[in-house]
Order: sequence, then C-alpha cells, then structure tokens
Amino acid sequence: MAEIARRMSALEGRAYEGPGIALTPDPPASRLSLRAPEASLSALSKALGLTLPDKPKTAAADGSRAALWLGPDEWLVIDEECADLAALCASVSALHSAVDISHRNTAILVTGERAEDVLGAGCPQDLSPTRFPVGAASRTVFGKAEIVLWRIGEEAFRIECWRSFSDYVFSLLEKAAREA
Amino acid sequence: MLLIHCPYCEEERPELEFRHAGEAHIARPENIAEIADEAFQRYFFIRANPKGVTFERWRHIHGCGRFFNAARDTVSDRFLMTYRVGEPKPDLRKIDRK
Ligand SMILES: [Zn+2]
Repeated sequence: MAEIARRMSALEGRAYEGPGIALTPDPPASRLSLRAPEASLSALSKALGLTLPDKPKTAAADGSRAALWLGPDEWLVIDEECADLAALCASVSALHSAVDISHRNTAILVTGERAEDVLGAGCPQDLSPTRFPVGAASRTVFGKAEIVLWRIGEEAFRIECWRSFSDYVFSLLEKAAREA
Repeated sequence: MLLIHCPYCEEERPELEFRHAGEAHIARPENIAEIADEAFQRYFFIRANPKGVTFERWRHIHGCGRFFNAARDTVSDRFLMTYRVGEPKPDLRKIDRK
C-alpha cells in the first residue's frame, strides 16, 4: 500500500497561552525575497498590487498581502492566501530579483498586553509604540536567531523566522511568556 | 548596550544587529597584478590600529544588511559618527569628540 506523506509545518502542534500573552504559529503563507533598484519599484508595485514602501522600518499591507522594507533595495513580501508572488513578478521586465522563500520562513504571532515585554526578552530593539509603532517592520535578532519583526497591532506582532530556527525562537518566547 | 546609528536605517540600533568589517577607506590598487610584494603586503595586511579615532567599516547585518563607515574612538569605544559608503572620509577636526 502506498504511503502518503503529510506536510507538517515546522511548529506543528505548538501554541502557548498565558495571562496577557498568546503565541500562535501562523498558517502557511507564500513569501518572496525581493531585491530591486529604485527605478524598478513602480513596475513591481503594479505587478504585486501593493506600493513597495521606501522608508526604513515600514511596511505596506493590503488585504492578505504585505511588503516589508528590509533594506534600501530589499523587501519581504508575504501573502497569507499563498498567491504565487514570483509568478506575479515574472512579467516585470524592469531589473529585479524575486526569490520564492515561502518554505524557508515560518511565522509566529505574539499577541496580548504582554507582547512587547515577552519580545523584549530576546529582541534588543526599543519596541515601545513611539519607536516601533503599529505597521513598523524590521529585520533584527531574537536571542541568537535572526528574525523579521512586524507590528500588526497595538498588542500584536508577527515574527518571521527561518523554519530551522523556529523551534529555538518559539521555545525562547514560551520561556519568556511563562516568566510572568 | 551600545547603540549605533545606521545611516541607511536612519536611526540608532542595538549593537547586536551589527558586525565589524575592518578598516575603512582602503583602496585596492588598480594595477594589483603589477605591484611589488612589499606594496601588496602594505595594502593587504598592514592596518593603522590607532589608539584614538579610527575609521572602520561596519555592516548592519541583522538589519538593512548594508555596509557603512564609522569614526570610532578606540579608547572610549564611542562612535563619533557614521556615514554612507561612498561619502568622503570626514575631517577629524570637525568631529565632535565629546
Ligand atoms: Zn541599517
């Protein structure tokens, strides 16, 4: 009898909820590592249906899709409905590099009134609302792992990290969350 | 924790996001295949290593990913200023060393 392989996410079955904090692995999404010079941005924005942000530490979101500024010529594009983002960019003739990294990353949602504190256990950035307002996004570190942090609400953050780091990142988050 | 101003992110960020990348403003000789061993050695290995103000390359590796240059005091470990790649080496006399 043929066995059927079942796809499992890197954080299958992991979740934590405590007073003022919830850690939730996010369902699969498609992701694009996009590199492009300024001259290509309008064509790429049109193809993606989203204006690529050009200011440091910002993101643009529309419906299920978002583009996070990572560097002067680098964006992380996420689509929660798993649209084929690389295919959308394929029609753009302006210079760019679009690499599908959907399976490289996994996401963890950190929500609740203690979200800022729990993230502060491993992230050295100032996450107070004045310095890291809703909509802010940045590549940074969490403990020893590199992450991309995006503030999606006053008390809600999305962590994007490499799936091979996700066990470490989730465990460290959970440890911080348990230390009320 | 030391805060370093990234000229591309346009704000101060924690030192954990950065990596040191050697002395700045070292131009690779254009005729590198022709120069004498001694000249190559000076270019490739010899660094100023001063006590006091030094000019260094840094990389915001866990941030925007960019290399940039910095003037830093090796005695106080204070970053005097940072500036983008391609910008001229700043005049030491005009840097506030306090
Ligand atoms: Zn930077």
